[in-house]
Amino acid sequence: MRELRYREALREAMAEEMERDERVFIMGEEVGHYQGAYKVTEGLLARFGERRVIDTPIAEEGFAGIAIGAAMVGLRPIVEFMTWNFSAVAFDQILSNAAKLRQMSGGQFKVPIVFRGPNGAAKQTASQHSHAMETFYAQIPGVKVFMPATVADAKAMMKAAIRDDNPVLIFEDERLYGLKGEVPDGDVVAEFGVSQVRREGEDVTIATWGKMLWQCLDAAEQLAKGGPSCEVIDLRSLRPMDHETVVRSVRKTGRLVVVHETWPYGGPGAELVDRVQREAFDALDAPVLRCTGRDASMAYNKKLEDLTIPDAKTVLAAVRAVMSY
Amino acid sequence: MQDDRELLLGLYRQMVLIRRFEEASAKAYSQGKIGGFLHLYIGQEGCAVGALAALEAKDYVVTTYRDHAQALIRGTSARACMAELFGKVTGCSKGLGGSMHFFDADNHMLGGYGIVGGHVPIAAGAAFASKYRGDGGVAVCFFGEGSATIGAFSEALALAALWKLPIVFICENNEYSMGTPLSRSLSVADVSQKALAVGMERDAFSCGDVLAVRDRVAVAVKRAREQSLPTLIEARTYRYRGHSMSDPGKYRTPDEIEERKKSDPILNAETQLRAMGVSDAELEKINASVEAEVEDCVRFAEESAEPDESLIEAFNYA
Ligand SMILES: Cc1ncc(C[n+]2csc(CCOP(=O)(O)OP(=O)(O)O)c2C)c(N)n1
Repeated sequence: MRELRYREALREAMAEEMERDERVFIMGEEVGHYQGAYKVTEGLLARFGERRVIDTPIAEEGFAGIAIGAAMVGLRPIVEFMTWNFSAVAFDQILSNAAKLRQMSGGQFKVPIVFRGPNGAAKQTASQHSHAMETFYAQIPGVKVFMPATVADAKAMMKAAIRDDNPVLIFEDERLYGLKGEVPDGDVVAEFGVSQVRREGEDVTIATWGKMLWQCLDAAEQLAKGGPSCEVIDLRSLRPMDHETVVRSVRKTGRLVVVHETWPYGGPGAELVDRVQREAFDALDAPVLRCTGRDASMAYNKKLEDLTIPDAKTVLAAVRAVMSY
Repeated sequence: MQDDRELLLGLYRQMVLIRRFEEASAKAYSQGKIGGFLHLYIGQEGCAVGALAALEAKDYVVTTYRDHAQALIRGTSARACMAELFGKVTGCSKGLGGSMHFFDADNHMLGGYGIVGGHVPIAAGAAFASKYRGDGGVAVCFFGEGSATIGAFSEALALAALWKLPIVFICENNEYSMGTPLSRSLSVADVSQKALAVGMERDAFSCGDVLAVRDRVAVAVKRAREQSLPTLIEARTYRYRGHSMSDPGKYRTPDEIEERKKSDPILNAETQLRAMGVSDAELEKINASVEAEVEDCVRFAEESAEPDESLIEAFNYA
């Protein structure tokens, strides 16, 4: 075990995979000479050179498509979006090409590619820079979606993504880049579609992903003193999604709160609720509640921003509501 | 000559206001009173001030996240601008937009946009509306050279040329898109060359002389207004600060920055004004009035109220 920061864990995984496999390269805005807008790729240009650490102009649709084309014919690109907000410009490449090529070629082509970058609200970055984009991408058959919330997952998921033969999307978080955590030694590669119980509890299950895990653990900790005992589950992988771990937990607790940063309308949170109510209807003592970002575009003002996305306080309120049902 | 003197005095004041306003905002940012991203225009003032001097009130302006200057020039009060940076409800976007999203419908400032290049078609849309209505209005769109590699930019150019829209595209080429120098972002040295492929008129010049900028942009505005034809301009300029407040700007040498400061638009304007017979006392007076205006707007921003929670949802639909 070693302690690393989240951004270092991502970097270490990319570097190890680049050492392992000559076909792996990194492409994106400011990933090389600038050392990464958020310093995730720091030092990689010096280590691997300009052939494999490629600075692009601002042309997301262009370089995403170029990387997809290169992946079709045998390379294994890692594409960094400076933030996932800007992936919207490249959405068609991911939706209509990366996700579809295997299927529409009748299995002749595969697209082993990683798209990654920070996702969600940062700090007062306002309306156009605060999207939690996983909600769109998790709906697309043909891609896989990882949401690393811990440092160990950052490393293990990056390795899994690079080695997988499908397009894998990793949604990182600017507010997690500085997080410190333990990383196991050796070549640990994450499995797709495995949720993890991060805190055991008896009375209510909280299921979440990404940065919100920490708000949920905070709320569970606060409730430990006298309140209901919360079991906190980190979904980790939104596609494929392991709802069975949640169902097992709900069979024990009888109650479920789903917490996510993104908008309430549809998306992976609603998908999870749908699966759980079908498979654990008999075990539920209350309707499943969701604690989500507000159904609105993000305000710049700090107070309004804080009120727009869930925090420990709103998670607590949702837990109390589901308990008092 | 008298006309030029009065005009230049006005443009000089605008440039000084932008600079002092942004210096005050940088200070407030470092004190934690402003959050998010803050992109400063310092060094580039000659571009927007010169260009917008060629416009009429009915014309439209669209720009990037580096938008403080355009709003101030169009007539948004320093108070409304500073209050926006402070996230206050008295701000030009009610504290909802912040630094990157200054809007002022009354002054036809159609906004600052955060997605590189995404606003270029929006500007063409405003030009389309003017042509549709036949009101003689012109749209001016500012963007960095970083936009020139974005699809929305190419598509907007193609359509503006095809449909003969009354628009002036102004590429503010400040030599860097974030940390990337021109040599690593563009395959051509001059962004105005992009006009050739769509058969559009073009021009290229630098922004050290604000009156010259006004004159060159006026030619393109006239072409738009009278012939309904678009123009692509590359306006060479330079930003003295980092890309945003969080960028230390290590990719440039202090020597390079000092060299570029020699063609500072404000210093140039002072030299020209003196040559026109403007006294030090007159310049002093302008500077003092700008300083008072900036102090006032900071005080106003500090004292203003925050937006109410109800504003989270209030404007998501009309
Ligand atoms: C589509 C998109 N990609 C990336 C970004 C992140 N980003 C914001 S500004 C910027 C650099 C833009 O440089 P330039 O166009 O030259 O304008 P300048 O900031 O120099 O005025 C980048 C990469 C973005 N906002 N939008």
